[in-house]
Amino acid sequence: MAEQKKTHRVLIGKPGLDGHDRGAKFIARALRDAGFEVVYTGIRRTPDEIAAAAVQEDVSAVGLSLLSGAHLSLFPAVVRALKSAGAGDIPVLGGGIIPDEDIVLLKEAGINAVFTPGTPVAQIIAAFRTACETQEARRN
Amino acid sequence: MMSETILRGLRERDPRGIARAISLVEENDPMADEILSSLDDSLVDQAMVLGITGPPGAGKSTLTDRIISRYRSLGKRVGVIAVDPSSPISGGAILGDRIRMMGHALDKDVVVRSMATRGRLGGLCAAAGAAVRILAGSGCSVIIIETVGVGQSEMDIIRLADITALVLAPGLGDDIQAMKAGLLEVADILIVNKADCAGAETLAMDMESIAREGGKEKDRVNVCMTVASEGRGTDELLAAIETVDISHRETGERRTRREKAYDLEVLDWALEMIKPSIIEKIEKWDHVRKGAPRLQAARLLGQE
Repeated sequence: MAEQKKTHRVLIGKPGLDGHDRGAKFIARALRDAGFEVVYTGIRRTPDEIAAAAVQEDVSAVGLSLLSGAHLSLFPAVVRALKSAGAGDIPVLGGGIIPDEDIVLLKEAGINAVFTPGTPVAQIIAAFRTACETQEARRN
Repeated sequence: MMSETILRGLRERDPRGIARAISLVEENDPMADEILSSLDDSLVDQAMVLGITGPPGAGKSTLTDRIISRYRSLGKRVGVIAVDPSSPISGGAILGDRIRMMGHALDKDVVVRSMATRGRLGGLCAAAGAAVRILAGSGCSVIIIETVGVGQSEMDIIRLADITALVLAPGLGDDIQAMKAGLLEVADILIVNKADCAGAETLAMDMESIAREGGKEKDRVNVCMTVASEGRGTDELLAAIETVDISHRETGERRTRREKAYDLEVLDWALEMIKPSIIEKIEKWDHVRKGAPRLQAARLLGQE
Protein backbone atom coordinates (compact mmCIF):
# COMPACT_ATOMS: atom_id res chain seq x y z
CA MET A 1 0.00 0.00 0.00
CA ALA A 2 1.72 3.12 -1.25
CA GLU A 3 0.01 5.51 1.13
CA GLN A 4 0.92 3.44 4.13
CA LYS A 5 3.80 4.79 6.16
CA LYS A 6 7.04 3.24 5.10
CA THR A 7 8.17 0.29 7.18
CA HIS A 8 11.76 0.69 8.32
CA ARG A 9 14.00 -2.34 7.96
CA VAL A 10 16.96 -2.66 10.30
CA LEU A 11 19.52 -5.34 11.10
CA ILE A 12 20.48 -6.22 14.66
CA GLY A 13 23.56 -8.34 15.13
CA LYS A 14 26.45 -9.13 17.36
CA PRO A 15 29.94 -9.05 15.89
CA GLY A 16 32.84 -10.95 17.41
CA LEU A 17 32.98 -13.62 20.09
CA ASP A 18 30.70 -12.12 22.73
CA GLY A 19 27.73 -14.41 23.17
CA HIS A 20 25.64 -12.29 25.51
CA ASP A 21 22.64 -11.53 23.36
CA ARG A 22 20.09 -10.42 25.92
CA GLY A 23 20.60 -6.76 25.07
CA ALA A 24 20.48 -7.37 21.32
CA LYS A 25 17.26 -9.36 21.66
CA PHE A 26 15.74 -6.75 23.93
CA ILE A 27 16.43 -4.03 21.36
CA ALA A 28 15.17 -6.26 18.54
CA ARG A 29 11.86 -6.76 20.37
CA ALA A 30 11.58 -3.07 21.28
CA LEU A 31 12.10 -2.10 17.64
CA ARG A 32 9.55 -4.68 16.51
CA ASP A 33 7.05 -3.27 18.98
CA ALA A 34 7.77 0.18 17.53
CA GLY A 35 6.83 -1.12 14.08
CA PHE A 36 10.26 -1.88 12.65
CA GLU A 37 11.11 -4.97 10.64
CA VAL A 38 14.15 -6.37 12.39
CA VAL A 39 16.47 -8.79 10.66
CA TYR A 40 18.21 -10.58 13.51
CA THR A 41 21.47 -12.26 12.57
CA GLY A 42 22.38 -13.68 15.96
CA ILE A 43 25.66 -13.97 17.80
CA ARG A 44 29.28 -14.42 16.73
CA ARG A 45 29.18 -12.86 13.29
CA THR A 46 32.13 -11.45 11.42
CA PRO A 47 31.88 -7.84 10.22
CA ASP A 48 31.82 -9.13 6.63
CA GLU A 49 28.87 -11.43 7.36
CA ILE A 50 26.94 -8.59 8.95
CA ALA A 51 27.69 -6.29 6.01
CA ALA A 52 26.66 -8.93 3.45
CA ALA A 53 23.40 -9.58 5.30
CA ALA A 54 22.70 -5.83 5.59
CA VAL A 55 23.12 -5.45 1.82
CA GLN A 56 20.96 -8.46 0.89
CA GLU A 57 18.22 -7.42 3.28
CA ASP A 58 18.34 -3.80 2.10
CA VAL A 59 18.15 -2.47 5.63
CA SER A 60 18.19 1.26 6.37
CA ALA A 61 20.33 0.90 9.49
CA VAL A 62 22.55 -1.62 11.26
CA GLY A 63 22.49 -1.97 15.05
CA LEU A 64 25.37 -3.70 16.83
CA SER A 65 25.50 -4.90 20.40
CA LEU A 66 28.72 -5.72 22.19
CA LEU A 67 29.48 -6.29 25.84
CA SER A 68 32.97 -7.72 25.56
CA GLY A 69 34.93 -4.49 25.33
CA ALA A 70 36.01 -5.07 21.72
CA HIS A 71 33.77 -2.28 20.40
CA LEU A 72 36.68 -0.04 19.39
CA SER A 73 37.90 -2.60 16.89
CA LEU A 74 34.64 -4.35 15.90
CA PHE A 75 32.21 -1.44 15.42
CA PRO A 76 34.55 0.40 12.99
CA ALA A 77 35.29 -2.96 11.31
CA VAL A 78 31.58 -3.27 10.45
CA VAL A 79 31.61 0.29 9.06
CA ARG A 80 34.60 -0.65 6.88
CA ALA A 81 32.99 -3.95 5.81
CA LEU A 82 29.86 -2.05 4.72
CA LYS A 83 32.02 0.35 2.73
CA SER A 84 33.81 -2.45 0.90
CA ALA A 85 30.43 -4.08 0.21
CA GLY A 86 29.41 -0.85 -1.52
CA ALA A 87 27.06 0.09 1.30
CA GLY A 88 29.01 2.67 3.24
CA ASP A 89 25.90 4.85 3.27
CA ILE A 90 24.04 2.51 5.66
CA PRO A 91 24.29 4.02 9.16
CA VAL A 92 25.70 1.89 11.98
CA LEU A 93 24.43 2.31 15.53
CA GLY A 94 26.01 0.57 18.48
CA GLY A 95 25.31 -0.27 22.08
CA GLY A 96 26.94 -2.02 24.99
CA ILE A 97 29.18 -1.44 27.94
CA ILE A 98 31.10 1.44 26.43
CA PRO A 99 33.13 4.01 28.41
CA ASP A 100 32.40 7.68 27.70
CA GLU A 101 35.86 8.32 26.24
CA ASP A 102 35.31 5.57 23.69
CA ILE A 103 32.03 7.08 22.48
CA VAL A 104 33.95 10.02 21.01
CA LEU A 105 36.34 7.66 19.23
CA LEU A 106 33.48 5.54 17.87
CA LYS A 107 31.66 8.60 16.52
CA GLU A 108 34.90 9.69 14.83
CA ALA A 109 35.12 6.22 13.31
CA GLY A 110 31.71 6.74 11.69
CA ILE A 111 29.33 5.19 14.21
CA ASN A 112 26.04 7.07 13.95
CA ALA A 113 24.97 6.72 17.60
CA VAL A 114 26.20 4.93 20.72
CA PHE A 115 24.03 3.67 23.57
CA THR A 116 25.14 2.57 27.00
CA PRO A 117 23.41 0.78 29.88
CA GLY A 118 20.66 3.04 31.15
CA THR A 119 19.90 4.73 27.82
CA PRO A 120 16.08 4.93 27.73
CA VAL A 121 14.68 2.57 25.11
CA ALA A 122 12.55 5.36 23.61
CA GLN A 123 15.74 7.27 22.88
CA ILE A 124 17.24 4.25 21.12
CA ILE A 125 14.11 3.75 19.02
CA ALA A 126 14.07 7.45 18.13
CA ALA A 127 17.73 7.26 17.04
CA PHE A 128 16.98 4.27 14.81
CA ARG A 129 13.97 6.03 13.34
CA THR A 130 15.97 9.17 12.54
CA ALA A 131 18.83 7.14 11.08
CA CYS A 132 16.39 5.16 8.89
CA GLU A 133 14.51 8.23 7.70
CA THR A 134 17.74 10.04 6.80
CA GLN A 135 19.07 7.00 4.97
CA GLU A 136 15.82 6.39 3.08
CA ALA A 137 15.64 10.02 1.96
CA ARG A 138 19.26 9.92 0.79
CA ARG A 139 18.90 6.56 -0.95
CA ASN A 140 15.85 7.42 -3.02
CA MET B 1 18.92 4.66 -7.29
CA MET B 2 17.21 4.79 -10.67
CA SER B 3 15.58 1.78 -12.32
CA GLU B 4 18.29 1.84 -15.00
CA THR B 5 20.98 1.37 -12.35
CA ILE B 6 18.96 -1.31 -10.61
CA LEU B 7 18.37 -3.23 -13.83
CA ARG B 8 22.06 -3.16 -14.61
CA GLY B 9 22.70 -4.33 -11.05
CA LEU B 10 20.34 -7.27 -11.56
CA ARG B 11 22.07 -8.32 -14.77
CA GLU B 12 25.46 -8.02 -13.12
CA ARG B 13 24.16 -9.89 -10.05
CA ASP B 14 25.06 -6.98 -7.81
CA PRO B 15 23.72 -7.81 -4.31
CA ARG B 16 22.67 -4.24 -3.63
CA GLY B 17 20.79 -3.92 -6.92
CA ILE B 18 18.91 -7.16 -6.26
CA ALA B 19 18.09 -6.06 -2.70
CA ARG B 20 16.86 -2.62 -3.81
CA ALA B 21 14.70 -4.18 -6.53
CA ILE B 22 12.97 -6.46 -4.01
CA SER B 23 12.38 -3.50 -1.67
CA LEU B 24 10.82 -1.51 -4.48
CA VAL B 25 8.27 -4.23 -5.19
CA GLU B 26 7.60 -4.64 -1.47
CA GLU B 27 6.88 -0.92 -1.23
CA ASN B 28 4.74 -0.89 -4.40
CA ASP B 29 7.08 1.67 -5.92
CA PRO B 30 6.18 2.71 -9.48
CA MET B 31 9.70 1.73 -10.57
CA ALA B 32 8.92 -1.88 -9.65
CA ASP B 33 6.71 -2.39 -12.73
CA GLU B 34 9.48 -1.21 -14.99
CA ILE B 35 11.96 -3.55 -13.36
CA LEU B 36 9.61 -6.54 -13.44
CA SER B 37 8.73 -5.93 -17.10
CA SER B 38 12.38 -5.85 -18.09
CA LEU B 39 13.33 -9.18 -16.51
CA ASP B 40 14.41 -12.08 -18.67
CA ASP B 41 11.28 -14.28 -18.79
CA SER B 42 13.21 -17.36 -19.86
CA LEU B 43 15.20 -17.24 -16.61
CA VAL B 44 11.94 -17.05 -14.65
CA ASP B 45 10.54 -20.00 -16.64
CA GLN B 46 13.59 -22.15 -16.07
CA ALA B 47 14.03 -21.57 -12.35
CA MET B 48 12.73 -24.17 -9.94
CA VAL B 49 10.64 -22.70 -7.13
CA LEU B 50 10.62 -24.85 -4.02
CA GLY B 51 8.23 -24.12 -1.17
CA ILE B 52 9.22 -25.20 2.33
CA THR B 53 6.52 -24.96 4.92
CA GLY B 54 5.61 -26.39 8.29
CA PRO B 55 4.90 -25.46 11.89
CA PRO B 56 7.27 -23.20 13.88
CA GLY B 57 10.22 -25.13 15.26
CA ALA B 58 10.02 -28.00 12.78
CA GLY B 59 13.43 -27.09 11.39
CA LYS B 60 12.54 -25.35 8.12
CA SER B 61 15.41 -22.85 8.20
CA THR B 62 18.01 -25.43 9.18
CA LEU B 63 16.76 -27.73 6.44
CA THR B 64 16.79 -24.84 3.97
CA ASP B 65 20.41 -24.20 4.93
CA ARG B 66 21.25 -27.83 4.08
CA ILE B 67 19.34 -27.73 0.82
CA ILE B 68 21.24 -24.56 -0.16
CA SER B 69 24.54 -26.37 0.49
CA ARG B 70 23.52 -29.32 -1.72
CA TYR B 71 22.44 -27.13 -4.62
CA ARG B 72 25.57 -25.01 -4.25
CA SER B 73 27.70 -28.15 -4.53
CA LEU B 74 25.90 -28.75 -7.84
CA GLY B 75 26.98 -25.29 -8.95
CA LYS B 76 23.50 -23.77 -8.83
CA ARG B 77 22.89 -20.19 -7.74
CA VAL B 78 20.24 -20.22 -4.99
CA GLY B 79 17.74 -17.61 -3.88
CA VAL B 80 15.80 -17.80 -0.62
CA ILE B 81 12.73 -15.85 0.42
CA ALA B 82 12.22 -16.38 4.14
CA VAL B 83 8.82 -15.20 5.32
CA ASP B 84 8.05 -14.39 8.94
CA PRO B 85 4.84 -12.92 10.37
CA SER B 86 4.39 -9.23 11.11
CA SER B 87 2.91 -8.32 14.46
CA PRO B 88 -0.74 -7.43 13.95
CA ILE B 89 -0.40 -4.93 16.82
CA SER B 90 2.68 -2.91 15.92
CA GLY B 91 3.21 -3.93 12.31
CA GLY B 92 6.80 -4.74 13.20
CA ALA B 93 8.50 -8.09 12.77
CA ILE B 94 11.51 -10.05 13.85
CA LEU B 95 13.00 -11.80 10.86
CA GLY B 96 15.21 -14.50 12.25
CA ASP B 97 15.37 -17.22 9.60
CA ARG B 98 18.73 -15.93 8.42
CA ILE B 99 20.45 -17.04 11.62
CA ARG B 100 20.38 -20.66 10.44
CA MET B 101 21.74 -19.72 7.04
CA MET B 102 24.60 -17.42 8.04
CA GLY B 103 27.07 -20.05 6.84
CA HIS B 104 26.22 -18.88 3.32
CA ALA B 105 26.41 -15.16 4.14
CA LEU B 106 29.63 -14.60 2.20
CA ASP B 107 28.65 -16.78 -0.76
CA LYS B 108 27.78 -14.39 -3.58
CA ASP B 109 25.64 -17.08 -5.21
CA VAL B 110 23.28 -17.43 -2.28
CA VAL B 111 20.78 -14.59 -2.04
CA VAL B 112 18.70 -14.65 1.12
CA ARG B 113 15.89 -12.19 1.62
CA SER B 114 13.68 -12.01 4.69
CA MET B 115 10.15 -10.80 4.16
CA ALA B 116 7.49 -9.89 6.69
CA THR B 117 3.82 -10.62 6.00
CA ARG B 118 2.95 -6.95 6.70
CA GLY B 119 -0.67 -7.88 7.34
CA ARG B 120 -1.58 -7.55 3.71
CA LEU B 121 -4.81 -8.95 2.39
CA GLY B 122 -3.12 -11.16 -0.10
CA GLY B 123 -0.41 -8.79 -1.12
CA LEU B 124 2.29 -10.91 0.41
CA CYS B 125 1.77 -13.39 -2.36
CA ALA B 126 2.18 -10.59 -4.89
CA ALA B 127 5.33 -9.31 -3.20
CA ALA B 128 6.80 -12.80 -2.83
CA GLY B 129 5.94 -13.58 -6.46
CA ALA B 130 7.75 -10.46 -7.58
CA ALA B 131 10.74 -11.36 -5.42
CA VAL B 132 10.83 -14.80 -7.06
CA ARG B 133 10.97 -13.13 -10.47
CA ILE B 134 13.73 -10.77 -9.40
CA LEU B 135 15.82 -13.60 -7.93
CA ALA B 136 15.31 -15.66 -11.10
CA GLY B 137 16.16 -12.62 -13.21
CA SER B 138 19.40 -12.26 -11.31
CA GLY B 139 20.43 -15.78 -12.21
CA CYS B 140 19.11 -17.94 -9.36
CA SER B 141 18.11 -21.30 -10.82
CA VAL B 142 16.74 -22.61 -7.52
CA ILE B 143 14.48 -20.39 -5.45
CA ILE B 144 13.29 -21.50 -2.04
CA ILE B 145 10.29 -19.89 -0.37
CA GLU B 146 10.29 -20.68 3.32
CA THR B 147 7.22 -19.88 5.36
CA VAL B 148 5.35 -20.94 8.45
CA GLY B 149 2.46 -23.04 7.30
CA VAL B 150 -0.34 -21.34 9.16
CA GLY B 151 -2.84 -18.88 7.88
CA GLN B 152 -4.25 -18.21 4.47
CA SER B 153 -1.64 -15.79 3.17
CA GLU B 154 1.18 -18.22 3.92
CA MET B 155 -0.72 -20.99 2.18
CA ASP B 156 -1.14 -18.73 -0.83
CA ILE B 157 2.59 -18.10 -1.02
CA ILE B 158 3.23 -21.79 -1.14
CA ARG B 159 0.99 -21.96 -4.16
CA LEU B 160 3.63 -19.90 -5.97
CA ALA B 161 5.96 -22.88 -5.69
CA ASP B 162 6.51 -25.53 -8.34
CA ILE B 163 7.10 -28.09 -5.61
CA THR B 164 6.07 -27.90 -1.97
CA ALA B 165 7.69 -29.74 0.92
CA LEU B 166 5.98 -29.91 4.29
CA VAL B 167 8.37 -30.21 7.23
CA LEU B 168 7.09 -31.87 10.38
CA ALA B 169 8.91 -32.95 13.51
CA PRO B 170 8.00 -35.26 16.38
CA GLY B 171 6.74 -33.58 19.52
CA LEU B 172 4.90 -30.77 17.76
CA GLY B 173 1.52 -32.45 17.95
CA ASP B 174 -0.04 -35.60 16.57
CA ASP B 175 -1.09 -36.42 13.04
CA ILE B 176 -4.43 -34.72 13.61
CA GLN B 177 -2.58 -31.40 13.95
CA ALA B 178 -0.98 -31.98 10.59
CA MET B 179 -4.32 -32.92 9.06
CA LYS B 180 -6.29 -29.96 10.30
CA ALA B 181 -3.70 -27.48 9.16
CA GLY B 182 -4.74 -28.20 5.60
CA LEU B 183 -1.10 -28.39 4.69
CA LEU B 184 -1.07 -32.00 3.66
CA GLU B 185 -3.17 -31.27 0.61
CA VAL B 186 -0.59 -28.94 -0.86
CA ALA B 187 2.50 -31.01 -0.07
CA ASP B 188 4.39 -32.92 -2.77
CA ILE B 189 6.96 -34.14 -0.27
CA LEU B 190 6.49 -34.82 3.44
CA ILE B 191 9.61 -34.40 5.53
CA VAL B 192 9.89 -35.85 9.01
CA ASN B 193 12.74 -33.78 10.44
CA LYS B 194 14.47 -34.43 13.76
CA ALA B 195 14.27 -38.07 12.75
CA ASP B 196 16.67 -38.96 15.57
CA CYS B 197 14.13 -37.90 18.18
CA ALA B 198 11.59 -40.11 19.90
CA GLY B 199 8.33 -40.33 18.02
CA ALA B 200 9.85 -39.78 14.57
CA GLU B 201 9.11 -43.33 13.42
CA THR B 202 5.47 -43.11 14.48
CA LEU B 203 5.11 -39.72 12.80
CA ALA B 204 6.68 -41.08 9.61
CA MET B 205 4.32 -44.08 9.67
CA ASP B 206 1.32 -41.77 10.10
CA MET B 207 2.55 -39.63 7.23
CA GLU B 208 3.15 -42.71 5.05
CA SER B 209 -0.41 -43.87 5.63
CA ILE B 210 -1.76 -40.42 4.81
CA ALA B 211 0.46 -40.30 1.73
CA ARG B 212 -0.89 -43.67 0.56
CA GLU B 213 -4.43 -42.35 0.66
CA GLY B 214 -3.42 -40.26 -2.34
CA GLY B 215 -4.94 -42.95 -4.56
CA LYS B 216 -3.05 -43.51 -7.78
CA GLU B 217 0.49 -44.80 -7.45
CA LYS B 218 2.09 -41.86 -9.23
CA ASP B 219 0.23 -39.32 -7.09
CA ARG B 220 1.74 -40.73 -3.94
CA VAL B 221 3.53 -38.24 -1.80
CA ASN B 222 7.15 -38.95 -0.90
CA VAL B 223 8.01 -39.20 2.77
CA CYS B 224 11.60 -38.26 3.67
CA MET B 225 13.30 -38.56 7.03
CA THR B 226 15.93 -35.98 7.86
CA VAL B 227 18.10 -34.73 10.70
CA ALA B 228 18.73 -31.27 9.32
CA SER B 229 21.06 -30.22 12.15
CA GLU B 230 23.45 -32.99 11.10
CA GLY B 231 22.70 -32.90 7.39
CA ARG B 232 21.28 -36.42 7.41
CA GLY B 233 18.75 -37.30 4.74
CA THR B 234 19.34 -34.26 2.54
CA ASP B 235 20.65 -36.37 -0.37
CA GLU B 236 17.46 -38.44 -0.30
CA LEU B 237 15.41 -35.27 -0.06
CA LEU B 238 17.11 -33.76 -3.10
CA ALA B 239 16.50 -36.98 -5.01
CA ALA B 240 12.82 -36.81 -4.03
CA ILE B 241 12.63 -33.19 -5.19
CA GLU B 242 14.15 -34.14 -8.52
CA THR B 243 11.70 -37.03 -8.97
CA VAL B 244 8.74 -34.73 -8.33
CA ASP B 245 10.21 -32.08 -10.64
CA ILE B 246 10.67 -34.54 -13.51
CA SER B 247 7.18 -35.95 -13.03
CA HIS B 248 5.62 -32.47 -12.90
CA ARG B 249 7.39 -31.48 -16.11
CA GLU B 250 6.27 -34.67 -17.88
CA THR B 251 2.64 -34.47 -16.82
CA GLY B 252 2.30 -30.75 -17.44
CA GLU B 253 1.61 -30.18 -13.74
CA ARG B 254 4.45 -27.67 -13.59
CA ARG B 255 2.90 -25.57 -16.35
CA THR B 256 -0.55 -25.79 -14.73
CA ARG B 257 0.82 -24.63 -11.37
CA ARG B 258 2.72 -21.76 -12.94
CA GLU B 259 -0.44 -20.58 -14.67
CA LYS B 260 -2.45 -20.80 -11.46
CA ALA B 261 0.28 -18.97 -9.58
CA TYR B 262 0.30 -16.21 -12.17
CA ASP B 263 -3.46 -15.75 -11.89
CA LEU B 264 -3.15 -15.74 -8.12
CA GLU B 265 -0.59 -12.94 -8.31
CA VAL B 266 -2.88 -10.94 -10.59
CA LEU B 267 -5.76 -11.46 -8.15
CA ASP B 268 -3.54 -10.31 -5.31
CA TRP B 269 -2.52 -7.15 -7.07
CA ALA B 270 -6.16 -6.46 -7.95
CA LEU B 271 -7.17 -6.80 -4.30
CA GLU B 272 -4.25 -4.62 -3.25
CA MET B 273 -5.42 -1.95 -5.69
CA ILE B 274 -9.06 -2.02 -4.60
CA LYS B 275 -8.46 -2.17 -0.87
CA PRO B 276 -7.46 1.48 -0.22
CA SER B 277 -10.59 2.85 -1.89
CA ILE B 278 -12.82 0.50 0.11
CA ILE B 279 -11.10 1.48 3.35
CA GLU B 280 -11.61 5.12 2.44
CA LYS B 281 -15.31 4.52 1.75
CA ILE B 282 -15.80 2.77 5.09
CA GLU B 283 -14.00 5.55 6.93
CA LYS B 284 -16.07 8.29 5.28
CA TRP B 285 -19.30 6.39 5.36
CA ASP B 286 -21.89 7.61 7.82
CA HIS B 287 -23.52 4.23 8.36
CA VAL B 288 -25.38 2.73 11.26
CA ARG B 289 -23.36 -0.16 12.61
CA LYS B 290 -26.26 -2.56 12.77
CA GLY B 291 -27.57 -5.48 10.77
CA ALA B 292 -25.69 -7.91 8.60
CA PRO B 293 -22.18 -6.68 7.75
CA ARG B 294 -22.37 -8.63 4.51
CA LEU B 295 -25.31 -6.49 3.35
CA GLN B 296 -23.45 -3.34 4.33
CA ALA B 297 -20.49 -4.49 2.25
CA ALA B 298 -22.76 -5.10 -0.74
CA ARG B 299 -24.25 -1.62 -0.32
CA LEU B 300 -20.78 -0.17 -0.08
CA LEU B 301 -19.79 -1.77 -3.34
CA GLY B 302 -23.07 -0.61 -4.94
CA GLN B 303 -24.40 -4.10 -5.47
CA GLU B 304 -27.59 -3.93 -3.43
